[in-house]
Amino acid sequence: MDSILKSCASSAVALGIAFTGAARAGEIEVLHWWTSGGEAKAAAELKKTLEAKGHTWKDFAVAGGGGENAMTVLKSRVVSGNAPSAAQIKGPSIQEWGAEGVLANINDVAKAGSWDKLLPPAVSGVMKYKGNYVAVPVNVHRVNWMWANPAVFKKAGAQIPKTWEEFDAAARKIQKAGFIAVAHGGQPWQDFTVFESVVLGVGGPAFYKKALVDLDQASLKSATMEEAFATLSTVRKYIDKGAPNRDWNLATAMVINGKAGMQFMGDWAKGEFTAAGKKPGTDYVCVPAPGTASGFTFNIDSFVMFTQKSADARKAQSDLAAAIMSPEFQEVFNLNKGSIPARLNMDLAKFDDCAKLSSRDFVATSKSGGLVPSIAHGMAVPAATAGAMQDVVTQFFNSSTTPKSAVARLAQAATTK
Amino acid sequence: MRRWVDTLEAWLPKLVIAPTFLCCLVFVYGYILWTAVLSFTRSRMLPSYELAGLAQYQALFASERWWVALKNLALFGTFFTLIALAVGLALAILLDQKIRAESFIRSVYLYPMALSFIVTGTAWKWMLNPGLGLEKLMRDWGFAEFSFEWLVDPEMAIYTVVIAGVWQSSGFVMAFFLAGLRAIDPEIVKAAKVDGASMPTIYRRIIIPSLRPVFFSSLLILAHLAIKSFDLVVALTGGGPGFASDLPATFMYSFAFTRNQIGLGAASAMMMLMTVVAVFVPFLYSELRRGRRA
Repeated sequence: MDSILKSCASSAVALGIAFTGAARAGEIEVLHWWTSGGEAKAAAELKKTLEAKGHTWKDFAVAGGGGENAMTVLKSRVVSGNAPSAAQIKGPSIQEWGAEGVLANINDVAKAGSWDKLLPPAVSGVMKYKGNYVAVPVNVHRVNWMWANPAVFKKAGAQIPKTWEEFDAAARKIQKAGFIAVAHGGQPWQDFTVFESVVLGVGGPAFYKKALVDLDQASLKSATMEEAFATLSTVRKYIDKGAPNRDWNLATAMVINGKAGMQFMGDWAKGEFTAAGKKPGTDYVCVPAPGTASGFTFNIDSFVMFTQKSADARKAQSDLAAAIMSPEFQEVFNLNKGSIPARLNMDLAKFDDCAKLSSRDFVATSKSGGLVPSIAHGMAVPAATAGAMQDVVTQFFNSSTTPKSAVARLAQAATTK
Repeated sequence: MRRWVDTLEAWLPKLVIAPTFLCCLVFVYGYILWTAVLSFTRSRMLPSYELAGLAQYQALFASERWWVALKNLALFGTFFTLIALAVGLALAILLDQKIRAESFIRSVYLYPMALSFIVTGTAWKWMLNPGLGLEKLMRDWGFAEFSFEWLVDPEMAIYTVVIAGVWQSSGFVMAFFLAGLRAIDPEIVKAAKVDGASMPTIYRRIIIPSLRPVFFSSLLILAHLAIKSFDLVVALTGGGPGFASDLPATFMYSFAFTRNQIGLGAASAMMMLMTVVAVFVPFLYSELRRGRRA
């Protein structure tokens, strides 16, 4: 009898401990689509960090479609009043979610970590809704890169181009030497990615910002924009006809294998080179797309925090936000992803030359005003507007429309709300 | 007791049917109604109920991309159903000539139906790619001038979808027709032969007309495959080049789910439904009435 009583008491104590334990640690549910290779590894790091703090991590990974599937799931969860702690959302969509009134304010965490000093204003502006932090940046991708195979350039006797005129000359030589000059995948978003680099190169960052971020009608209809379209049709001349509907990584593989000379793609392409065992500087070269050395089109992945009902969940959410901004996580994650850390002043010893160049330009352009959001990757304007403009660009790219009519259509599409 | 059993017997079928009926009512008709409501609102990222009148429909018909999608549906729907019917019927008639290894050949033609459209689309994407497939093969064989670039030509891309669709579905149509042919009384054919009719005439005047119900069912199946066609386009052309091979279903998906324009997406979904209703209701009505009279 006595022993039974004792065991009862001890189990009650144990239960009590368990309860208090549960009360302190919260559950974190994070919606993301980092399910492949390096990205999955990075997500596992984040999980480890938080479990070390005593929280339970509930993985909510929805693979596929660059996050389209994940967004569909997220919408249904939020509509049913059961939002996860955090979700991978970026760019102006953060403002759209903010307008729905479902986001949590994480100013306390931001203040404790002095985020305002760590993030360039162009980045922190994206993370705020009505002046309050609602999201945490994970990484910075640079979109206006050109990836080149120096061996192909050498065989063709061409120079790596720094302007669009030089590009034309170099591409002609490469084509004459029997290579494909530009590796491209003919999918609307890839057409749009090349387009934004061309606009940045032809018009410069100030023009880019006016036309593609502020959607200024006069700039959209200007002769500079017409020239950008004309340049885009020059690029089109050097693309092989197998391009339509080719995935971007297959286009990158053409540069890796020495079938093609160059590709215009964001720095996620670096992962393909690394996976193929290629070294930057010798096997491949990363340079800003022609004419865009003074500019930096950024694409930032971020986690948006949703309002949580229980205090534990809120505590866990704050820990999550702090952990994402920690130098350790930013380093591990970005080493795996090919991007650079979003916070400034980090030690980049472990990163490669491309990342170091990207980081240097990131700091420099954030001061010079050359740091602009990428329109092709949903950072500049709402999805509906970007989509309508993408339609115009991809149609121009795939038909014989004149630059003049393309400009008029683009200006019209920019009014889509 | 006896009366209780009678009551149960009367109610049991209704009880058993009820859950399915309810599910159908809510998940099919309920959501059709919801989509209809959404198409009259300003819904963007999430559903909202701020009424917008016909604004979404106006925006839809002002959109160039929607017209491209409609034109493609008309082209794809017409060619896909007609060619699949013709090929299916031809195969069935040829198979019906009491040939050797018929069941083996029948399976060969039928198996494409076992594949998903995604597989079909991907395989044809490789075969039709100028740099990888047919064109490269012919050139490697020495036909240096051979060119087949439909897949990458905005004007012709939609026809590659027709090719892949016909390849996948005509075997299924063939099975349908074969069953129909087998059901025809051989005595009629024999009688016609005695009367001195040639085989082509027998087919033209007797056999094919008596396959009318089979035509009707195949047409119904093919047409609905065409209208809801989505995965084939996504896998084969990705809607491209540009958006040249967009269909209403891919249009609806991209606007409702990736461009945060649920209202516009809902409007396009309603237009798809209306098309189906406009085509099928008169057709079904006339066919069913005909059946009752016969």
